[in-house]
Amino acid sequence: MAKIIAGVGTSHVPAIGAAVDHGKTQEPYWKPLFDGYEPARVWMRERQPDVVILVYNDHASAFAFDLIPTFALGVAAEYRPHDEGYGPRPVPVVKGDPDLAWHLAESLILDGFDLTLVNEMTVDHGLTVPLSIMCGSPPEWPCRVIPLCVNVIQYPPPTGRRCHDLGKAIRRAVDAYSPDLKVAVFGTGGMSHQLQGERAGFINADFDRMFLNNLTRDPESLARIPHVEYIREAGSEGIELVMWLIMRGALGPDAREIYSHYHVPASNSGAGLIILEE
Amino acid sequence: MTRHDELEKIPGTYVMTPERSRMGYPLNMFCKTLDVAENRAAFRADPSGYLDRFPLTAEQRHAVETRDWLGMLRLGGSVYYTFKVATFDGLSMQGMGGLMSGVSEAEFRQMMINGGRRKGDPNT
Repeated sequence: MAKIIAGVGTSHVPAIGAAVDHGKTQEPYWKPLFDGYEPARVWMRERQPDVVILVYNDHASAFAFDLIPTFALGVAAEYRPHDEGYGPRPVPVVKGDPDLAWHLAESLILDGFDLTLVNEMTVDHGLTVPLSIMCGSPPEWPCRVIPLCVNVIQYPPPTGRRCHDLGKAIRRAVDAYSPDLKVAVFGTGGMSHQLQGERAGFINADFDRMFLNNLTRDPESLARIPHVEYIREAGSEGIELVMWLIMRGALGPDAREIYSHYHVPASNSGAGLIILEE
Repeated sequence: MTRHDELEKIPGTYVMTPERSRMGYPLNMFCKTLDVAENRAAFRADPSGYLDRFPLTAEQRHAVETRDWLGMLRLGGSVYYTFKVATFDGLSMQGMGGLMSGVSEAEFRQMMINGGRRKGDPNT
């Protein structure tokens, strides 16, 4: 049977991807962050998930305001990196897992989560940067990837509660899938940051540390945080953190923290990473 | 507008509420076209003619032409879309952040290295 072996929470700042792509990870600005990623990469190599369900948001790349799915699940065989204005990132094409993705689609929709299904889309830094963080720069990604794209750009995004519940439903769906597969769930985005307005550059390290501390043992308290509190306390783009709750919901209540790391700044963001196992 | 009072109270922040999204739709969808290299070339060759293709309001058009980054947000622009214009100009996110908050790119970058704009700082 398929089994969820782990969850990973990580920021997906585009400049982190650019640092990888341009060989800058050992420069003084970036070294403390990438030193913090090294144990996570070792963990990834040792645990070797077959499939990653990667929860992320699109940044006006595959989707624009003409079509705004709240939850969009990729069911395709592959996804190409999007051109975000500098040409596509020089990273491998992302290989999907249509069998598991369609199983998830059927299971989750019948379980009450009305997903949008996507056969064709490009993927932007929101999806590829977490892969670079966890896998480095391999010629091919070492796992198949099922994209789960969440709207956090048009207000209102889904609530933290809804995201947490969706994660629990993903757990039920994976548990009911018969092939022997090791599945990991990545929740990405955040941590505190604000790109827009006179308040651009806002960071709240205390909020980020609170979130990292409570994610393992008290996710219910995080699931109660309303949108306005994320925007006020973690910045307008810090609301991406609701996506980490999908990952957390996919792990059982007794999940334990294997590793975490936090660093300010990665470009305009507080950059966090956490690995949970059961 | 009372539904979004709490969001609008947050200083220096332009949440993409339904009101702002409706107002900004033509502006944002113009920005989105700059994803395509041929469109970037057309905008560079003839900025005014290119803008004629989109149903922007006069204020939105003026904000684009003068690269008024805050003005674009006030007229319904989303930062992920207006950043496509910034990228077109060769401006970084930190450069645009500086222009929106009244400092240079170098000052903005140093503020981030120092831990970012914190609660209690100006504009928070």
